[in-house]
Amino acid sequence: MSKKSTIPFNGTPEQEAKLREIIAAHKDMQGALIPVLHEAQAVYGYLPIEVQSIIAEGLGVSLAEVYGVVTFYAQFSLNPKGKYEIGVCLGTACYVKGSGDILDKFKQILGIDVGECTPDGRFSLTATRCVGACGLAPVVTVNEDVYGRLTVDDVQGILDKYMEV
Amino acid sequence: MKTLNELKALRDKIRPTLAMRLKEEGNAGYKYDVLVCGGTGCTSSGSETLLKEFDAQLEKYGVKNDVNMVKTGCFGLCALGPIVIVYPEGTFYSRVQVEDVEKIVASHLVKGEVVKELVYPETLDGDVLKSLNETNFYKKQHRIALHNGGVISPEHIEEAIGMDAYQALGKALTEMTPDDVINEIKASGLRGRGGGGFPTGVKWSLVPRNIEGQKYVCCNADEGDPGAFMDRSILESDPHTVLEAMAIAGYAIGADQGYIYIRAEYPIAVKRLQIAIDQANEYGLLGKDIFGTGFNFNVEVRLGAGAFVCGEETALMTSIEGHRGEPRPRPPFPAVKGLFGRPTVLNNVETYANVPKIILNGAEWFQSMGTEKSKGTKVFALGGKINNTGLVEVPMGTTLREIIEEIGGGIPNGKKFKAAQTGGPSGGCIPAELIDTPIDYDSLMAIGSMMGSGGLIVMDEDNCMVDIAKFFLEFTVDESCGKCTPCRVGTKRLLEILTKITKGQGTLEDIDKLEALCYQIKSASLCGLGQTAPNPVLSTLKYFRDEYIAHVVDKKCPAGVCKALTNYSIVAEKCKGCSACSRKCPVGAISGEIKKPFVIDTNKCVKCGVCMETCKFDAIVKG
Repeated sequence: MSKKSTIPFNGTPEQEAKLREIIAAHKDMQGALIPVLHEAQAVYGYLPIEVQSIIAEGLGVSLAEVYGVVTFYAQFSLNPKGKYEIGVCLGTACYVKGSGDILDKFKQILGIDVGECTPDGRFSLTATRCVGACGLAPVVTVNEDVYGRLTVDDVQGILDKYMEV
Repeated sequence: MKTLNELKALRDKIRPTLAMRLKEEGNAGYKYDVLVCGGTGCTSSGSETLLKEFDAQLEKYGVKNDVNMVKTGCFGLCALGPIVIVYPEGTFYSRVQVEDVEKIVASHLVKGEVVKELVYPETLDGDVLKSLNETNFYKKQHRIALHNGGVISPEHIEEAIGMDAYQALGKALTEMTPDDVINEIKASGLRGRGGGGFPTGVKWSLVPRNIEGQKYVCCNADEGDPGAFMDRSILESDPHTVLEAMAIAGYAIGADQGYIYIRAEYPIAVKRLQIAIDQANEYGLLGKDIFGTGFNFNVEVRLGAGAFVCGEETALMTSIEGHRGEPRPRPPFPAVKGLFGRPTVLNNVETYANVPKIILNGAEWFQSMGTEKSKGTKVFALGGKINNTGLVEVPMGTTLREIIEEIGGGIPNGKKFKAAQTGGPSGGCIPAELIDTPIDYDSLMAIGSMMGSGGLIVMDEDNCMVDIAKFFLEFTVDESCGKCTPCRVGTKRLLEILTKITKGQGTLEDIDKLEALCYQIKSASLCGLGQTAPNPVLSTLKYFRDEYIAHVVDKKCPAGVCKALTNYSIVAEKCKGCSACSRKCPVGAISGEIKKPFVIDTNKCVKCGVCMETCKFDAIVKG
């Protein structure tokens, strides 16, 4: 699991109000923790310990349990993501078509490893599981954008698109 | 909707609007139906932009009222996306770009002239357009689970109703007892499509009948096998068939609540599922007192959060309950003590997609397809080194050769077929010499692989089998939940040995250790993840042992994948001395004089392979 975040928590009162609304809406649902975490992550972009504490208290479960669930599932992140999150698909179809080399190229150009964020906060890099677009293998996603049928030579071009200020 | 007759009347009213696509009698007042694929594959290659462009161009040319635009689910042939099909004649446009849309509108939809250069070549025979069903990709397929894919708009329940959605539920509720339903499914021979192949009817019958209180129906849409995407595709193209089947299961076991556990990585499927649930509730096809029979059934969607182990049934239920998705020992089986401690039936998406058709057409119809022990059809996600990547549905017992060579169109770039991997991280590799194996549960099991959910990844001579085994072990090590030691520690040790071998530091003794450890993990792990995790290693050891031996004895990677064992060199006779490679080399490892053979300094070389790609004279070799 990811390392402890070095970026200080700066949640706003609006975000906290939204979070408390989410908790209230799910309070009586059976198995509410995971749906609440999904929505909380949509509000904050990640799930720092401060947010986990509010959820634990709101749902009446221990912080240890919340932390246990957050760290179990790959979708939940303890660290903020970059403005652009790059996902290189390492599903089998993409892997046999060379997505491992594409991931290496991203690492080399950005100077970060999987799970890390560039110091300027622009890019973060993840190795995703199958995104289900195997017909386009190898596939890279940048936030909502999907790039398919890639080669190592396309990597710089993709990054350039997101470099403008 | 209060009665089944009302549904039937509605179906008859809607059917003519689909007539053009189905090549039936009837007319909805349009000159053309234009179907644009809105599955994940085509959406990723830009089909949403196409839809907007069609809208604008139809407006511009003033033919908006002549054309019925339909955003469908997946056609299956993802390699050719984005796909556009124009009816009544069924012209198949492939890899359509935004700038092509105006051509299609101006020529085809205004003047009635097909834009030949955009038509998928295989459907064009001189001047004659062939139907899609005559192409190699489609002609051997038999679509049951994928029946509505590429036909209807999944976001409109009316279109599904036009294709008989909820008729089977109506039949079950009004004409059959719960026992009849279970017996029909049992008699059909339907087996679980998620991997294990357990008979579905038997599973339903294991739920105790005379227990009062809450029972649940769950749908496993946590398609975690990297390389399989049929469940996603079914939910994206035909969500109502799954909802209907869950309601039928609910009636059969006496449950009124259903949960669909779906991967959050499938946003389009999640969205369409939610739309479908809302529409079905609105029409009274889910909810309270369905068809006035007193039967209630609600469905809720729960999102997974990225854990492969949650595809295992007990882990999935633990996850719905809001905990870490760790499996529990069985017994007690979910049929007795499942979700929230109550009796639960859990099936996979594709399994459910077969249920309404079995109820409507009868067990005998279903039995007529497939092999003795594996009835019906199976959907495969064809991927990897194959021309026609996409989704195919074939009768059980179709051979691997038919799937790869005929439907799949063979291996690209004239390469040789080396192996097919089925069953993902739980399955194994089928070598080229077994290409005539019929694909069914038992034949695959017999050769050391498994059906799994239906991922079928094709590999050619450039893929190293040790590397593939290592790839899957990296996956299982990452995804092992850590609850039981054989899986948590065992898979880690397997990966370490494999890594050692791919680095050229392995010994023959390591191969023996590897094999012994595989059997220990298989027999001692708690759940299916651990019990099957060694399969990729065992099957590659069985069929490609010589490759392992080449790695440890000769210190060579025959496919040239394992970087530590691969060296690049320049064949002096072929080298023209053009310096293209040395200019491209990122580390300056290639030097020489112009017009004389260049050389690679292997101490500097990082084995990136750029030089080999650059050379126009095939003068660079690896090995």
